[in-house]
Amino acid sequence: MTELSGSLLLFLLTAASLVAIGVYGFIIGPEPLRRILALNIISAGIFMLMVVLAYRTSGSGATELAADPVLQALVLTGLVVAVSATAFALALLARLEQSSSEMSAPLQLKQTEPEQ
Amino acid sequence: MSLLLFDTLLCGLLLALALASVLSRQLSHAVILYIAFGLLMAMAWARLAAPDLALAEAAIGAGLTGALCFTALARQGQLALSPVVSWQQRCWPALFVLVTLSGLLLALLQIPASPGPLPALVLQELAGSGVSHPVTAVLLNFRSWDTLLELLVLLLALLGTLQVAPAPVRQNSWALSRSWSQLLAPLIILLAGYVLWAGASQPGGAFQAGALLAAGAVVLKLNKQLNWLAWRNIWVRFFAVAGLGVFVIAALAAWLLQGLAAEPVWLRWPPQLAKYIILLIETFATLAIAITLTLLVVAEQPDTPLSLETQDSAGGSDD
Amino acid sequence: MSDIGELSLFSFVLSSGLLFIGLLFFIAGSIGMLRFPDSFSRLHAVTKADSLGLGSVIAGLMFYSSWWQNLLMLLIWLLVMASGTVSCQLLARFCKAKQDQA
Repeated sequence: MTELSGSLLLFLLTAASLVAIGVYGFIIGPEPLRRILALNIISAGIFMLMVVLAYRTSGSGATELAADPVLQALVLTGLVVAVSATAFALALLARLEQSSSEMSAPLQLKQTEPEQ
Repeated sequence: MSLLLFDTLLCGLLLALALASVLSRQLSHAVILYIAFGLLMAMAWARLAAPDLALAEAAIGAGLTGALCFTALARQGQLALSPVVSWQQRCWPALFVLVTLSGLLLALLQIPASPGPLPALVLQELAGSGVSHPVTAVLLNFRSWDTLLELLVLLLALLGTLQVAPAPVRQNSWALSRSWSQLLAPLIILLAGYVLWAGASQPGGAFQAGALLAAGAVVLKLNKQLNWLAWRNIWVRFFAVAGLGVFVIAALAAWLLQGLAAEPVWLRWPPQLAKYIILLIETFATLAIAITLTLLVVAEQPDTPLSLETQDSAGGSDD
Repeated sequence: MSDIGELSLFSFVLSSGLLFIGLLFFIAGSIGMLRFPDSFSRLHAVTKADSLGLGSVIAGLMFYSSWWQNLLMLLIWLLVMASGTVSCQLLARFCKAKQDQA
């Protein structure tokens, strides 16, 4: 078993829970936009897990580094890639809605009115 | 002890915001809660001794993602309540997720508390890397292959987005926000330049500077400024590709330089030139990242998709 | 950066009082945002109470740091105050436009 300190264990739990929440939202989320948000929450959880693993270094005192720079660099790359993927997904989503509303414009109007 | 209290509060807030964002009835609430979540994530990075990530997340998670999601919201048109999800539709996924979570936790608790050999290796090789900040050294020297491919991914995402870019959302710009964003612009340029330069020895670097610049440029673009910053401008295209191009050219040059001495290794900088190569790559990468992220967020539909327009007089004039 | 031990009792009490007042304003602003009925009064609660709260928190923190950090904190406060004002104005105008439409 592990001998991680209290804070670290807490962040580890949070990271795992964030992944779980993201997966849950991705499964149930009724709208596509919310599914994209849930995917981002999953990625936030994974990044947090990696940063917690990087943070282990500072506790041990083996090196004078604040944290493992390799993992942090990977997460930094991941952040930028995640936002670009999100932008691409949102553009695809917007195009999808645009084309579906163009194709069935009168039908959509009828469908949305009784919801109010 | 007080730090543990702070951590508990932070983790609780993060989880609550994520859960509320997933479960909220209105889509607009979900987006707003997600933006708040991004801001708190920046704080968590700062707490976890990752100031580089905090800098990037503050610009990306709070700024760019917010603009992205609100644009997506505005495109949704009429904001109705989300369709109701029945209890069965909620319970079975929850059960599945709980089982997954317990498995995940079991796996995570096996992780040893001592770090691997990598941090010590980085520290050992840091002197020959050309910079003194370990994260920058990893990004642009030890694992520059990642960064190179990451720039490629950014470029591909931009090209894909431009292909499918939907019609722009009709928006009006207020005089007040326009003048405020103009006031902020020099500050952001100054800050981005500082962050880029500081990256050699302190937290900072190309990614953070690029994200900051992009956040500023998005604010200006949303206020109908910076009209030259569009894909139809040839210089914008040039600099968007130049980040990758300069990286590859530098790698090839370093490869040829090594080839004279021993068997060459791809993407290894000669130690005496490493500082200048990294600075050169970082400068162009910053511009490329800034332009790419800006265009990704405020992707407009080109009149004729992906073709240069000849009316440079309209595109080239600066405000 | 100096420790609490180096501060005199007077400045310690003063800084603690300022921090406490700032906290109070933050809490009041947050409660206002949650409890007030319409957008205008919510905006009023958040922007005014929070910029004052941030101001007193920064004034309280100034006892602990060097002049250079103080200058940066003042700059941050000014920026936050100005952007809060601008965004409050914009949101209020948006709400007003929506109200007039309806």
